[in-house]
Amino acid sequence: MVDFSYTVWILLIPLIMFVVVGLFGNRFKPLVSGIAGTAGLFVMWILSLITAYKYFFVLEKAADGSFQKLLAFNMRWLNLTDTLHIDMGVLLDPISIMMLIVITTVSFMVHVYSIGYMDGEKGFMRFFATLSLFSFSMLGLVVATNLFQMYIFWELVGVSSYLLIGFYYTRDSAVAASKKAFIVTRFADLGFLIGILMLSFSTGTFDFLTLTGANSPAFSSGTGILFLGLSTMTWSMIFIFMGGAGKSAMFPLHIWLPDAMEGPTPVSALIHAATMVVAGVYLVARLFPIYIFAAPVALDVVMYVGAFSSIFAAIIACTQFDIKRVLAYSTMSQIGMMMFALGVSGYGGHEGLGYMASMFHLFTHAFFKSLLFLGAGAIIHAVHTNVMNEMGGLRKYLPITHATFLIACLAIAGIPPLSGFFSKDEILAAGHDKSMLLYIVESIVSGLTAFYMFRLYFSIFWGKETHYHHTPHEASKTMTIPLMLLAVGALLAGLIPFSMFVSSDRMPFHSHIEMGIAIPAVLVGLIGIFTAMLFYRKETSLPDKIYNALGGFSKAAFHKFYIDEVYLFITKKIIFNYISRPIAWFDRHIVDGAMNGIAYVTNETSEGIKRFQSGQLQHYALVFVSGVILFTLLFTYLLTN
Amino acid sequence: MILLFLILILLAGGALAWITGKWSDLLPRVISLVALSLDLILLIAIYNGQSAAGNNSWWIDYRVDWIPTFGISLHLAIDGLSMLLLALTMFIGLVSVLISWKEIHEKTGFFHFNILWILSGISGVFLSMDLFLFYFFWELMLVPMYFLISIWGHENRIYASYKFFIYTQASGLLMFLSIIALYFIHGRSTGIYTFDYIQLLGTTMAPTVAFILMSGFLAAFLVKLPVVPFHNWLPDAHTEAPTAGSVILAGLLLKTGAYGLIRFVLPLFPEASVTFAPAGMILGVIGILYGAKLAFAQTDLKRLVAYTSVSHMGFVILGVYAFNEIAMQGVVVQMIAHALSTGALFILVGQLYERIHTRDMDRMGGLWKQVPVMGATGIIFAMASLGLPGLGNFIAEFLILAGTFQASILMTCLACAGLVAATIYSLRIVQKVFLGKEKTTWNISDLSVREKIISASLVITLVYLGMLPQQVIDTAKPSVLKSLNSIEQTRSQNTGKPTGEASIWCDEINTDGASAKYLKCKLW
Repeated sequence: MVDFSYTVWILLIPLIMFVVVGLFGNRFKPLVSGIAGTAGLFVMWILSLITAYKYFFVLEKAADGSFQKLLAFNMRWLNLTDTLHIDMGVLLDPISIMMLIVITTVSFMVHVYSIGYMDGEKGFMRFFATLSLFSFSMLGLVVATNLFQMYIFWELVGVSSYLLIGFYYTRDSAVAASKKAFIVTRFADLGFLIGILMLSFSTGTFDFLTLTGANSPAFSSGTGILFLGLSTMTWSMIFIFMGGAGKSAMFPLHIWLPDAMEGPTPVSALIHAATMVVAGVYLVARLFPIYIFAAPVALDVVMYVGAFSSIFAAIIACTQFDIKRVLAYSTMSQIGMMMFALGVSGYGGHEGLGYMASMFHLFTHAFFKSLLFLGAGAIIHAVHTNVMNEMGGLRKYLPITHATFLIACLAIAGIPPLSGFFSKDEILAAGHDKSMLLYIVESIVSGLTAFYMFRLYFSIFWGKETHYHHTPHEASKTMTIPLMLLAVGALLAGLIPFSMFVSSDRMPFHSHIEMGIAIPAVLVGLIGIFTAMLFYRKETSLPDKIYNALGGFSKAAFHKFYIDEVYLFITKKIIFNYISRPIAWFDRHIVDGAMNGIAYVTNETSEGIKRFQSGQLQHYALVFVSGVILFTLLFTYLLTN
Repeated sequence: MILLFLILILLAGGALAWITGKWSDLLPRVISLVALSLDLILLIAIYNGQSAAGNNSWWIDYRVDWIPTFGISLHLAIDGLSMLLLALTMFIGLVSVLISWKEIHEKTGFFHFNILWILSGISGVFLSMDLFLFYFFWELMLVPMYFLISIWGHENRIYASYKFFIYTQASGLLMFLSIIALYFIHGRSTGIYTFDYIQLLGTTMAPTVAFILMSGFLAAFLVKLPVVPFHNWLPDAHTEAPTAGSVILAGLLLKTGAYGLIRFVLPLFPEASVTFAPAGMILGVIGILYGAKLAFAQTDLKRLVAYTSVSHMGFVILGVYAFNEIAMQGVVVQMIAHALSTGALFILVGQLYERIHTRDMDRMGGLWKQVPVMGATGIIFAMASLGLPGLGNFIAEFLILAGTFQASILMTCLACAGLVAATIYSLRIVQKVFLGKEKTTWNISDLSVREKIISASLVITLVYLGMLPQQVIDTAKPSVLKSLNSIEQTRSQNTGKPTGEASIWCDEINTDGASAKYLKCKLW
């Protein structure tokens, strides 16, 4: 038996870091906290790699040849009643280990990068302390052994995200963005909480091992119709997905993600590209057996929401000019694809291709998207602007950034043999098996992806050279080395035979590239790239012409389809006018009014008895007298009864 | 005897503080600290002795006749719930004395006399096993609080203190009526005229009579809690009181209402309580949403915090009337967590007021830069108030919601919305005070050592409660079950079978459509 109990340290190290740096960090030079945090992350990274190695290659497989699910660590946290208790622990299975790798790798890179990027910032120590808090919560989330533990860390992740988005707290836009992110996701968590209550109420457990095991109570209970023709289980899984959709910025709960770009760029790379935003995908994957066997309707909801979000975000991404916002919408679009893949997936072997594809894409996406964000950070660092129109011709000044950015763009566009190609191909293949229409939609999305990424690429690195105040220069080593390492990941991650490790039933299987899917996909990607090249490599009026030709549609897309305005309308106009105002009026006029009315009557009456009483307590006396009268009446009633 | 000492120490300490206040400002403070610490040590001794003995019912029961002619006795008893609340009382008391160290300079002796007498009244309420004695202590805490607000309060203190006094006094009188009536009804049916709680349990009376008597008790407790629409005294009293007053009001006085519900209303009037339960839960939900809504509309920081109390205490009444063990445990944790987190927020407001002499949030902003430690603790307290996991309120609210879920799904969903509202108003505090641009340039100092000790002790207790609430839950468990027992009996008499609902939440695990059916019938 292989011992995995040390994995609990992967959780404890960042927690200790957070407490120590948070409390004592300001006793030392800022750099000390940065280096301490990075060193801690390095240890966690190594531990995760060792765990992955031991789990996949050393540990014996279960009798049927699948990877085991094992509790590396478990403790009884709360004993509530004789039957209800809550545990905390570390659950190891292929997807949690994959997430460990993704989180620690990206987080480590981001830590190293941040030492350079955040250099000289006020609050350097606060930044690293919060990053540690984030790492702790995110890791706790992925290794959760039960829904309750997941919910706890889910909320903690939300708070660390809040603190990091609002890192520049003197900037009003950053403060507003952090608040928006927290409130929107917290609203979504409402659904998560209700879903957890429903699920655990009908199945009798929070525990993942029981819930997703072969004889899960979720498969047999809660099948009765609850409401609107859907079963209890379906409702609970839809509610739980609502939580996931909030964290993963799925339509219509996506509005916080673009604004979250107000945070420092390394934070965007870590939290809003690679780790926290995929928590929703991870949640659905974690509960996948319940979705597929007990709540297929809920799984359809996942599929449609994912597909719609992916195309919706891809269209918006084509119209934005802030490079971080383009990347944010791109993230939303890619996560939509992951959700879509889960939604179309079946269970077991090739049936479960979508599941595997979703996890695979999550894995590769983490590399190239965090690379894109870190690259964007290096660019912003060099030219001090976020807007792509104010850039151009940067390839001369930033050779390393340029090369790595290009690799990431090619990877996300799905050009072989880069990582994005493999995972996206599997998603399209899975979609193709399920629904032709959605397959076409996703193909369009992948074409659009190639287009907007290369629009970004050409506008930044090619095109007309803008006059810069200072000659832009490449960032320091601490920033470029993580870029290069992540570029290696983006290049090679696709070559991992992913289906041998991660699959819906944890049983390894062989997946192969289907030429019928791969060739059109690559062609679509190339078309996107060439269109972008045509439009943006040299300055032309073509984009404007097309933008104008599409008229209202492109305007709507530029304004993000007015979703923010809809929310504003609902919250400000409807809720404020029809709920808040009546309540305020009610409180002022009815509740207080009634009491003041009584007080007025009391006053008037007490005018009469004032002669007999001096002192401040005549009200009290009056109440007392009337009380005695009331008392006598009531008493007579009670005793005669 | 030791229970009597708990109260006497505070009473004597108060008197001593008043006398010595004539000569020195320092002496009353020190005397108060000593008296409270002494009580806290006594409580810890009782607790340790108890956990060694492992006895589950009343830990200590002390009884001597007071006025035997009328069946009034000096009957004090302590169990897990009283223990927790008493410990909380002493802790909050210590904090209140410490925060007033620099704030109060006028009539220091009398101030501390009032504080200690309020606390002794509260301790008496938590210990009394005789209804007459209970009423005596209930009144005892009012007058000093009235003085506290009207002498050391802010601008509008006279109005606020009046309002507080009238509301609580009037409602208290209604309870007294009920107590007298209960005394006579019990006396008539059994021939024993007594105010003793234990003996009055199980008094038989007609349902209408029971309901009327219960209403008297409810009047006192719901006003204290407070429940909308009887909440109007609270924002005024909390806002105008000195910081120590606000902390004691929010942390302890409100809890006497919740304690009264659990200790007296449910066991004395189980049938009437079952009848009242749906209304109680609705009142709870209204309180949660209504309080949150009003909190959101305030610009006065202290008033905002005051309204959050209305919202948080809505969870308490919701949980009490859900009638199950989990929700009730949540209520107990919520009582403690709310005392700590809201008390902490009031302290924060006090610390700010001492520095910038305003409570208007529109004039604050960007203060984190100037006062990093205060900002960090402020964020932690706001996070506690919005129910962040790891801090006390989360456990409480989760347990209450999980328990309520069995009683009514609709109510639970509405109450969940309160969590979002809590997020909005708590973030608003953080954002308006500490983040953003500075609206006015204040030149202020960060927390002093004394203030750091206060804040740190609150943070530590909140984290402890959030991470390791097992001890609290275990301590309160027998009391909670005791209170629910009568309700369970009533219910099983009504339905003719035990009410073990099917779930992990209760004993048996159900299968198939049963849960859906059950959920459906609970849905509306």
